[in-house]
Amino acid sequence: MIKINHISKSFAGKAILNDVGNEFEKGKCNLIIGSSGTGKSVLLKCIVGLVQPDTGNVYYDLRNFTEADKEMKAEIRREIGMLFQGGALFDSKNVEQNVMFPLNILTKMPYGEKLDRVNFCLKRVGLEAASKKMPSEISGGMKKRVGIARAIVNNPNYLFCDEPNSGLDPQTSVLIDELILEITQEYDITTVVVTHDMNSVMGIGEKIMFLYKGSKLWEGSSDHIVNSGVKELDDFVFANKVMRTMKSSE
Amino acid sequence: MKEFGRYAMFMGTLFVRRETFATYYKLTLEEAIQIGIKSAAMIGMVAFFMGAVTTVQIAGNLVSPFVPRFVISQVVREMTILELAPTIIAIIFAGKVGSSMAGGIGTMRITEQIDALEVMGINSSSYLVLPKIVASMLTYPMLVILSGVCALAGGYLVGTMTGIVTPTEYITGIRYAFNPTMITFALTKSFVFAFLIASVSSFKGYYTQGGALEVGISTTSAVTNSIIAVLIADYLLAELFFE
Repeated sequence: MIKINHISKSFAGKAILNDVGNEFEKGKCNLIIGSSGTGKSVLLKCIVGLVQPDTGNVYYDLRNFTEADKEMKAEIRREIGMLFQGGALFDSKNVEQNVMFPLNILTKMPYGEKLDRVNFCLKRVGLEAASKKMPSEISGGMKKRVGIARAIVNNPNYLFCDEPNSGLDPQTSVLIDELILEITQEYDITTVVVTHDMNSVMGIGEKIMFLYKGSKLWEGSSDHIVNSGVKELDDFVFANKVMRTMKSSE
Repeated sequence: MKEFGRYAMFMGTLFVRRETFATYYKLTLEEAIQIGIKSAAMIGMVAFFMGAVTTVQIAGNLVSPFVPRFVISQVVREMTILELAPTIIAIIFAGKVGSSMAGGIGTMRITEQIDALEVMGINSSSYLVLPKIVASMLTYPMLVILSGVCALAGGYLVGTMTGIVTPTEYITGIRYAFNPTMITFALTKSFVFAFLIASVSSFKGYYTQGGALEVGISTTSAVTNSIIAVLIADYLLAELFFE
């Protein structure tokens, strides 16, 4: 479980996050949703430590990450896997080397064992045939899947996904969503997904937090999101034509 | 001054939370191949023609019959060791290697590859930049030696083939009143220049923000700033050495 308390962050005097708090549950896909520019990615970066919040704390299973010393931070980071918006694959390494990278840095496994683990993860995301390809030779959807394989290769306890569906066609988006949900349930990890894709929200939103202008405005599940009664959330949800049609047909 | 302070703090981050020696060793070797071996042909060619042109121009300016012809190669030698090989080649090195470093690291920044390293608990600045600096400081002095040899060879070939000097006169000039401390000075300069080019270029790339346009701006800025740093260091070292 990950818990965030009173997270606030400003850039050049402009408040991006205001006193945000939440709990992200283990074994579930926890979604952070909201329109562009509401601070979703900044919040995610605060949680993983890429951005230091001005106030507030992040707890990984009761371990205070924000105020942890270097050793504790390094220990927690070894338990984190992250899928970036563009995949963030290393251009100079092929698919296999990209997935093996965290094992090379964080473990002392023998090469054969590392290779087995990499092949297992690539098979898990359906990319065992692309292991020798360079990132420039694979599609956007494949890059995301390689990113997922790299994120789970070190058996993380926490998985973070920053807009996993951006730039993907609807079919591939559904595949990526299903993969994230399966991995979350299979390994019983805490997954946090930042998205503004309503298909993802309805498909994998087991626990959803809605951010509006840097503040948490609502939380619930996909079952309740259409009847939240929160105007700002309704505006966000029903901006999607399919959702509007669905609502009018009810 | 603010930028210099940021640069100094950036340099400080290279030496904390380091990875294992084996990791750096492998990365440094890879960088040395990229920086050194892949630059050798171009630098050798530039130096060859610099030596050739210098020989022709000095010969054209030495019109007095009282000045022996071997002075031509003596002047070529002094110019090559003191300035052409370490400094002019440093400017070319900044253009080729510095721009590549800034562009590569800048692209890694805007495509979140640096964030990916940080999330894994890796000190990205140390992991990416330290091997580049060490590899530059190892290979650039070798490139300077190579360029010196190529420049003198260029001068010899053009000088003797065009009849400006005889082979004996050229060799005599190269050996005449030779002061070996000039080599020490040239190599000292090459270590300093390599450090400046690699660190300034990496710094510029590391703090790139935005998109492809900003990577281009960082790359240009890396080249101009490292050239300025090299020229200032060249002056300061000359003051120190010849005082």
